[in-house]
Amino acid sequence: MKYKSFGAHSILVEWPSKIDEVILKDILNFKEKILQKFHKQNIQINHAYNSLLISYNKSNKGFNHETTLLQDLYASKDTHQKSIFKLWKIPVCYDNSFALDLELISLEKGLSKSKIIQLHSEPIYTVFFIGFLPGFLYLGGLNDQLYTPRKATPRLDIVKGAVAIGGHQTGIYPNESPGGWNIIGNSPINFFDVNKPIPCFASAGDKIKFIPVSIDEYHSIKKLVELDAYELESEVMHG
Amino acid sequence: MVKVIQSGFYSTIQDLGRFGYQHYGVPVSGVMDAYSATMANGLLNNNKNDAVIEMTMTGATLMFQCATHICISGADMSPKLNNQRIKNNFVVVVKAGDILSFGSLTVGFRAYLAVSGGFQTEKVMHSRSMFSNITQGQKLLKNDMLPILEFANDKTTSTSSIKQNHTFFKDIILPVYKGPEFEQLTNEQQIRLCSMEFCISKQNNRMAYQLEGLFVNHLEPIITSLVLPGTVQLTPSGQLIVLMRDCQTTGGYPRVLQLSVASINMLSQKFTNQRIRFKLIE
Repeated sequence: MKYKSFGAHSILVEWPSKIDEVILKDILNFKEKILQKFHKQNIQINHAYNSLLISYNKSNKGFNHETTLLQDLYASKDTHQKSIFKLWKIPVCYDNSFALDLELISLEKGLSKSKIIQLHSEPIYTVFFIGFLPGFLYLGGLNDQLYTPRKATPRLDIVKGAVAIGGHQTGIYPNESPGGWNIIGNSPINFFDVNKPIPCFASAGDKIKFIPVSIDEYHSIKKLVELDAYELESEVMHG
Repeated sequence: MVKVIQSGFYSTIQDLGRFGYQHYGVPVSGVMDAYSATMANGLLNNNKNDAVIEMTMTGATLMFQCATHICISGADMSPKLNNQRIKNNFVVVVKAGDILSFGSLTVGFRAYLAVSGGFQTEKVMHSRSMFSNITQGQKLLKNDMLPILEFANDKTTSTSSIKQNHTFFKDIILPVYKGPEFEQLTNEQQIRLCSMEFCISKQNNRMAYQLEGLFVNHLEPIITSLVLPGTVQLTPSGQLIVLMRDCQTTGGYPRVLQLSVASINMLSQKFTNQRIRFKLIE
């Protein structure tokens, strides 16, 4: 692990450069320990695939001092390990009216559309972190057969809820946005809601499963979501 | 209330930013030039985090519907109250019915208007800083009504003012720290990065300032990692991008430099075709 100073007020901790659930667990454990040790008012903490960023609000005692503190904390016994995660069942409609790039992917790969839908909705994906846009989940676990390079020219107006593949990753656009990923469906649920005390239902370490729904089901779920009457299905998992 | 008669080129409500929500992918936002915004608030005895209007390139036209004190800092956009020229960095008493307008931009790029007690627009996630899909409004629009607190003290109790610091606007050298991937650059690249003059491209806004010209690059993209306002990214095609206050929370380009807070403030006052140079803080 490497500790790097990042600007005047932040320390970046780096793990080996790969997407790996073992690393994710280690990062989340360390993050939990840091949150237990420091007052929330004094630091902000965020993580990505293989890195953890700690930003100090008050002037810290210098990079070397803080790094030693962090290293000792990392080496201390795990007592705060979070072991309960949720599996969220996300309805996705793969109808042609949403799936702007499904036809092309199907032709390029010589796979039928239904095969692609099956390969995309079969796995249990892991939420690694949230970034890019408010509520955009970085998911691991896409089937290698669905690898599709990002578009050379990004679209300027991807719609809210678009389910897409970009390289080895898949994700859902939580709001309208420009973007270069290939669109294969749409989810009627909200991934980011500023009016909720916790604006994103999913957090790092949780699991996601896509549940294919028909266009009619899509519209009835969407209506319920708009009325704030849709209950997203989830299961508790022990990790 | 303050009524927006004209919004100007790009005006937003900003405080110092939205902290503690970055793990939901929420940008920090906040005033681009915190130095100037803090000065305007300070001269009014406001809190540092009180919300101000940030005006970019051209000023707004505003009608006050109650009495207050105002102070304008940052870029000089030739402010006028009821068509009488007023000065930046000076506390001005405003009555109900008064109209604040702006003329030509003479210094800097972003001006800050503070009112006594700060603008009272909606607070979302502990901040009034406007951002799409977070706050209702994304920028000020004609006929917007901005709530403020009435402050009916027509005595110029405060004669506070501050001389504009011209080196702040004119200096082209931006102090920077090494970014997490700086050491992956060759020695020659490191030296060039910290000695060359770069020109600000047309692509400059609250999210990022792109720099003109290509910088020879052999670095591979990194696995998506964390970025901060002030992070300088180097794209595979050799473009340098300086992330600003509305930047995303994560990015996949190598992070070669990190601007100090003072440098972010300075860069916020610069615009298309102006030149800058990076200087490492040892």
